Amino acid sequence: MEKTSIKKSSISISENGIEKKASAKRLAVLKTYKIYIGGQFPRTESGRYYIPTNAAGKKLANVCLSSRKDFRDAVVAARAAFGGWSGRAAFNRSQVLYRMAEMLEGRKAQFIEELIQQDAGKSKAEKEINLAIDRLIYYAGWCDKFQQLFSAVNPVATAHFNFSVPEPTGVVSIIAPQGDSLLGLVSVIAPVIAGGNTCVVLASETKPLCAVTFAEVLNSSDLPGGVVNILTGRPAELASWFTDHMDVNATIYCEKDSETKKMIREKSAMNLKRVFFYDQVNWYTAEGQSPYFIMDSQEIKTTWHPVENIAGAGGGY
Amino acid sequence: MATKTKNNTLKLKFDTSWSYSPAPESKSAATIHKQYDLFIDGEWQKPTSKKYFDTINPGNEEKLSEVADAGTADVDKAVKAARRAYEKVWKKMPAKERAKYIFRIARMIQEKARELAIIESLDGGKPIRESRDFDVPTAANHFFYYAGWADKLEYAFPNRRTEPLGVAGQIIPWNFPLLMAAWKIAPAIATGNTVVLKPAETTPLTALKLAEILQESDLPPGVVNIITGAGATGAAIVNHPDINKIAFTGSTDVGKIIQRAIAGTNKKVTLELGGKAANIIFEDAPIDQAVEGVINGIYFNQGHVCCAGSRLYVQESVAKEVIRKLKDRIESLIVGDPLDKNTDIGAINSRQQLETIHKYLSIGKKEGAEMYESSCRLPGKGFYCRPTLFTNVAQSNRIAQEEIFGPVLAVLTFRTDDEVIEKANNSPYGLSAGVWTDKGSKIFNMTKRMRAGVVWANTFNKFDPSSPFGGYKESGFGREGGLHGLAPYLNLVN
Repeated sequence: MEKTSIKKSSISISENGIEKKASAKRLAVLKTYKIYIGGQFPRTESGRYYIPTNAAGKKLANVCLSSRKDFRDAVVAARAAFGGWSGRAAFNRSQVLYRMAEMLEGRKAQFIEELIQQDAGKSKAEKEINLAIDRLIYYAGWCDKFQQLFSAVNPVATAHFNFSVPEPTGVVSIIAPQGDSLLGLVSVIAPVIAGGNTCVVLASETKPLCAVTFAEVLNSSDLPGGVVNILTGRPAELASWFTDHMDVNATIYCEKDSETKKMIREKSAMNLKRVFFYDQVNWYTAEGQSPYFIMDSQEIKTTWHPVENIAGAGGGY
Repeated sequence: MATKTKNNTLKLKFDTSWSYSPAPESKSAATIHKQYDLFIDGEWQKPTSKKYFDTINPGNEEKLSEVADAGTADVDKAVKAARRAYEKVWKKMPAKERAKYIFRIARMIQEKARELAIIESLDGGKPIRESRDFDVPTAANHFFYYAGWADKLEYAFPNRRTEPLGVAGQIIPWNFPLLMAAWKIAPAIATGNTVVLKPAETTPLTALKLAEILQESDLPPGVVNIITGAGATGAAIVNHPDINKIAFTGSTDVGKIIQRAIAGTNKKVTLELGGKAANIIFEDAPIDQAVEGVINGIYFNQGHVCCAGSRLYVQESVAKEVIRKLKDRIESLIVGDPLDKNTDIGAINSRQQLETIHKYLSIGKKEGAEMYESSCRLPGKGFYCRPTLFTNVAQSNRIAQEEIFGPVLAVLTFRTDDEVIEKANNSPYGLSAGVWTDKGSKIFNMTKRMRAGVVWANTFNKFDPSSPFGGYKESGFGREGGLHGLAPYLNLVN
C-alpha cells in the first residue's frame, strides 16, 4: 500500500522539544479512499472493499467495493442536484468548471504520484494530468456557447415564433474508461455536467485512486454536491444497475466488451435511456473532446408561440 | 339563443331546424386498385407468401382493397434492393441531383393532393378537412424542405463532415399515414440513405399511392422500397442484419421491443413514441382561445395523436368556466362521415382501437372520475366515438397516466405554478406540452420547466417541416423535422 514504510526524518527540532533525535522515524498518514455521494465522502454502505494492485503486485489501497444500494443513493443525490445545477446560468457553470481546473492544477503533484503508483511512467503521468486540466478548461469554455451553436429559430410557415434549444437530459450514469483512469474520467464527466446534467460515475476498477482524489478536487471547486457522484467497484457487478435504474435518463459506457454493450442496450429499454458507447475514442487526441459529446446528453426542446396577426395585417415594415 | 340541457350546459341553438347539409367529397377523384403488391426495386412485386390482407374503410367497414403481406423473404429482397441502390446509385449521385428528385416528389404530391386526401380519409377515417388541409400539404412540404438540405449538409454540423448511414428501415403508424411516410423518407434520402418503409397494416393505401408517385418521379429503383404487412413484417425489418438504421414511430411498448431487439448490433435507432401531454390553462389566459386550443389539442384526428393534449390542467379559479365551455364546444363538434367536409371528428381508425378507447372509458368511470360525452348521434356502421371528457380525475388515475389515443380528455385542476409543473412532469412520457396564459414571463417559466420535446404556448398541435419534433423520456429519442432532423440519418466524421 501507499507509503507503508516508515521514513527516517531529517528534521531536528531541539529547542521546543517536538523531536529530540535526528534519527526519529515518522509514520506516514495513509489515505482512506472513499466514495463520493451527494457532496459527502461515505464508505460503501455494504462495508465491502477490494485491493487493487499495480503491475508489480503492490497493493494500492483498500478501496470501497460499492454496491447497488450505493448506486441508488447516488442517483437520489444526482436527481436532487439536477434542478439546481441545470437551473444555474450557463456562465456560472462555466466558472465552476474553470474552478475545477484550477483545483486540479493545484494538486497536480498528487495526481502524478498516484498515476505513477498505478503504473504510469513519469512523463506519461504528467501528460495525462496536463491534458485532464486542459480538458476541463476546454469544456468550461463550452458551457455558455454550445447552446447558441446547436439552437435554431425555425422559419415556420404559419404566424408563429418557433425556436429549438438544447436542454440537459437529466441524470446520466457513466461507466468510466478503465484504462485512462484520470483523463478518461474527466473527459466523460466534463461534457455531461457542462451541459447541466448530473451524473453517477463508476471509476476504473483497477486504477481507482485518481477518481477518488478527483472527487476531492470537485468537493473544493464550488461544484454543488450531487452533481458528480463517484463510486469505486466492479463494472461487472454494477453495470446492470447503472443501466436499468428507472430514474436515470442516459448511460455512457466506454469499454469494448460486447456482452456488456448488449446488456446495456437491452436494459436501457426499460425506460428508454439514451445510450452512448465511447469505446472508439482516443482521449489523448483532439477527437477526445468536442461539443458533440455535450450534445449526446442534451434533448432538443422546440417552443411555439403565435405572432399576433391583427385583422389580417401584413408583416411588412 | 341558448337553452339549458340536462347536463347543465348551454347548448347554442340558432334555429331548431338548422343543420349542416351533407357536403361529401367525391370518391371518384381517387383511384384505388383492387389489389396492391409490394414496391421493391422500383417495381410492383408479388409477395413470396402469395398472401394478401384487406384494408377497410373504418367509416363504414367496407373493404377498400387488399394489400400484400410481406414475409421475411420479401423484406430481404427489399433490403437487398435498397443496399444495391445505396452502393451503386444513391451514395454516388451528386447531392444536388439527389435534391432534385426529392423536389420533384414534393411537386407530384401537390399535384395529386386531392386524390391523396380522399384516400387518406377513406383508409384511415380522418376528416377530409384534416387530410386536405393538414396531412397532405404538410407531407409535400416535408419533401420540399428536406430536398433543399441534400447539398447543404456541410453547413449543418460545424467542424464535421457527414456520411449517410446506409439502408434505413422505417416503420410508421396509422394516425398520419402519408405524413409519417414523408417525415421518414424525406430526411433519409436527402441525406443519402436508401429506405425500406412499412406503413401500418390498417392504413397502407396512401403509402402505396406514394410508391406510384416515386415510380412516376423516376427515382432510381431501390432507393425507396415500400412493403406492407403487420407486426411480423416490422420485426423482420428490425432484425434484418443488413439494415443500418431503424426509425420507428408508434407505441412506447413496441419502441422498447425495438430497443431490445437491436442490442448487440451496430444499428442506429430513433424512436418517436407515445405521449400524455399536459395542457395547462392559467386563470389569466384568454379562456375562449384556450378552450378552442384544448379542443383542437385532444380531438384533432379523433385524438389519434401521440402529442395530443390529453391531460388538461385548469387553474381552480377558472375550472368551472372552462369545463362548462368545453362541454358546450364538445356538443357542437360534428362526428360522422370522414369524407364530409363538415365533419370535425371522423372514424376511429380500427375496431381494435375503438375497443381500447372503450376500455379506458370504463376504467375512468370505475376509478371514480366523472364522464361527460357529447350527445351526438353516431352513424350506424363504422367505428365512431363521441368526444368525451372526464372531470374529478386524480393524478394517479390510469386515464391521467396512460395514453388512450382517442377523443378522451382528462381534466385536472391546480392552484400554483409549482404544483402544476410537478403534476405535468409526473409522467413517464415527455413528447409535448401546452400552456395558456397572457403573461410572457410565466410562459417562459412554464415552457422551460416542462420536460417535453415540443411545447406549445397559447397554441397547440402545430407542425412544420422546419420545426424539430420528438420526445423526452419514454416518448423516445431523436428529432424529426428541421435541421435537427438530419442528424439521425448521418454519421459525423472528423
